[in-house]
Amino acid sequence: MAEHAEAQDGHDDHGHDEHHDVSFYYKTYAVLLVLLVVSILGPEVGEATGLKIITLITAFGIAVVKAGIVIRNFMHLHTEKTFVHYFLITSLAFMALFFFAVAPDVMKHEGTRWENKAAKAWIQKVEAEYAAGGGDHHGADAAGDHGEKTEGDAHGEAAEHH
Amino acid sequence: MGFRPIANTRSATGIMTAKLAIWWLIASEIVIFGGLLASYLMHRLAHPEWGYYAEHTNVYAGSLNTFILLTSSLFAVLAHHAAQQGDGKKAARNLLITCGFGLGFLVVKSLEWSSEISHGYTITANTFWSFYYTAAGIHGAHVIIGMACMLWVANTARQGKELHRVENVGLYWHFVDLVWIFLFPLLYIAK
Repeated sequence: MAEHAEAQDGHDDHGHDEHHDVSFYYKTYAVLLVLLVVSILGPEVGEATGLKIITLITAFGIAVVKAGIVIRNFMHLHTEKTFVHYFLITSLAFMALFFFAVAPDVMKHEGTRWENKAAKAWIQKVEAEYAAGGGDHHGADAAGDHGEKTEGDAHGEAAEHH
Repeated sequence: MGFRPIANTRSATGIMTAKLAIWWLIASEIVIFGGLLASYLMHRLAHPEWGYYAEHTNVYAGSLNTFILLTSSLFAVLAHHAAQQGDGKKAARNLLITCGFGLGFLVVKSLEWSSEISHGYTITANTFWSFYYTAAGIHGAHVIIGMACMLWVANTARQGKELHRVENVGLYWHFVDLVWIFLFPLLYIAK
């Protein structure tokens, strides 16, 4: 019955009674907006200065910070039972496992006894087109008269083993 | 005492079962979106030419949608705050505002897609655009589902019933916001 009474109140019985003032949420929101502006302007600065590290930090570093703030201040994950953290982390671990298991195959275009010539050729072709100023018609450029098959090949179908 | 679903009245683990289910849902969604984003990331790193394709995404639309979703998350947590105070009407109002921002997100997204498709950047243009439409499309579907759930929860909250659902639907909405926080730099910023 005690559980029923708590449920009727709309409250849990897991100690999640961290009551914030409304101003706390507005302040959090303001911080998130400032971070959003930095994440938009940062890559522009990175491009202008040629420093890719600025783009990486301001775009992806700040995305992680923003996510952390939402998780903590809006979702209140830190007030949850420890086992909730465990199964969320397990999901992230599966994601990392997937990435590191598959990435070596996807991200490399050559190995000890094989070479994906089509992928290399495709990358060179597109880069040459854009360098010449002719590659910005639209994305369908890559899928039009020459793209679809070659693009498919470029992702491994035509990997040449030798 | 009237009938109430057992998920709303039992908390064998120390967390109300309904809320625990939301956390499990989020854990499963991490694998779904995580797999998609990890696939995108490894392809993106392997194909520098995708940077040229990414130049054709609309950073202004992406930024506006990030702003919209962050604002919607604010109102979702304000709804939770109102529910904690036992103010169902205020919680319902904040949930409806959250829904309004969700609708705004979809409008911006549909305008953005219309423009891109009309310029030839379709889902079959190349693998970058396939990922772009798949990731943003699945995310958009989650926005629609979240809005439908919020309308339902707002209806019960307005009557002062089942106020704990406000937090549960809010958790889901914050997760949808989180996914966009990572989609934004991946699809729009990284050139």
